[in-house]
Amino acid sequence: MRLQKSTLLALYAVLELAAEPGRQMSTAEIAERYGISVHHLAKVMRQLVRAGLIQSVRGVGGGYRFSGNVKRVTLWDIIEMFEPRAEAQALDDAEPGHATPVSRALDSVRAEIDDLARATMQSITLKSLLKFAPAERTEALAAVARTLADSGMPQD
Amino acid sequence: MSKSAITIRDARIGDIRTVTRLDEIHTGLAKPEYWQEIFTAYVTEDHFGRYFLIAEDRGGMVGFIVGEIRTWEFGSPPCGWVFAVNVSPDSREGGIGSAMLAAICERFRDCGVGTVRTMISRNDPLNLAFFRSQGMTAGPYIELEKNLDPGPTDSLNKAEA
Repeated sequence: MRLQKSTLLALYAVLELAAEPGRQMSTAEIAERYGISVHHLAKVMRQLVRAGLIQSVRGVGGGYRFSGNVKRVTLWDIIEMFEPRAEAQALDDAEPGHATPVSRALDSVRAEIDDLARATMQSITLKSLLKFAPAERTEALAAVARTLADSGMPQD
Repeated sequence: MSKSAITIRDARIGDIRTVTRLDEIHTGLAKPEYWQEIFTAYVTEDHFGRYFLIAEDRGGMVGFIVGEIRTWEFGSPPCGWVFAVNVSPDSREGGIGSAMLAAICERFRDCGVGTVRTMISRNDPLNLAFFRSQGMTAGPYIELEKNLDPGPTDSLNKAEA
């Protein structure tokens, strides 16, 4: 399962805030921690607020805090908000040969992989993921961000 | 409910009715004959390597877990398999599932087994999330299946009918 940049930013932000639900963090703080674009993250944060997963806190020292249920929200709940639906993607992927039997068979294999990926993401709550993340969680997640950056994935 | 009030014990034949009921609540399907067979194989007969445990809270059953040690399936060294776990809806989120899994894993460990596996429907998010929360991840085996088309015997039976 290949995730869009916005999805990754949303996962970083929600997991960072959910690790200490009472804590407030600004967009700039999160962006700096993961080495990502403040501008892009700000857009993602607004969408997370609209979904009720985080809430903005106004005033001095304001920022965002987690407002969901760490034992109920799964990775898929976040991914689903930012990834285009499979049907829409299929229309975009109308490449030469897409209606041939071989292409349809390949689509069926891809659908099998996607189903497995979705079931996996649906089974992992934020609490489970954070529970098994190492104590140096932030550093580990930041390392993932750096790896993605090194792999050439656009960071904004 | 405090975790300390929970006790885990081996199943007894008298537990069958409550187990069947708990399973029916979760799956929506009563399977008395199935549970009778499981109790025979895992409770009443010699059942070395097969475990059926009951969780109790103040004397009442609040959950059960069933598993066994399987050996050399497709080359897999002996490992523990959990194939049923259930916690009463009124008693969930109290650590009962975790306590039962820990107890059965202890039995597996005592038999020299170092791995525990299970197989869950991808449409069962409750149990999937539970096992995930216990640190279980995808293993080195993949479950495969196919629909069985009617065979020659079925066609013959239809023709005769």
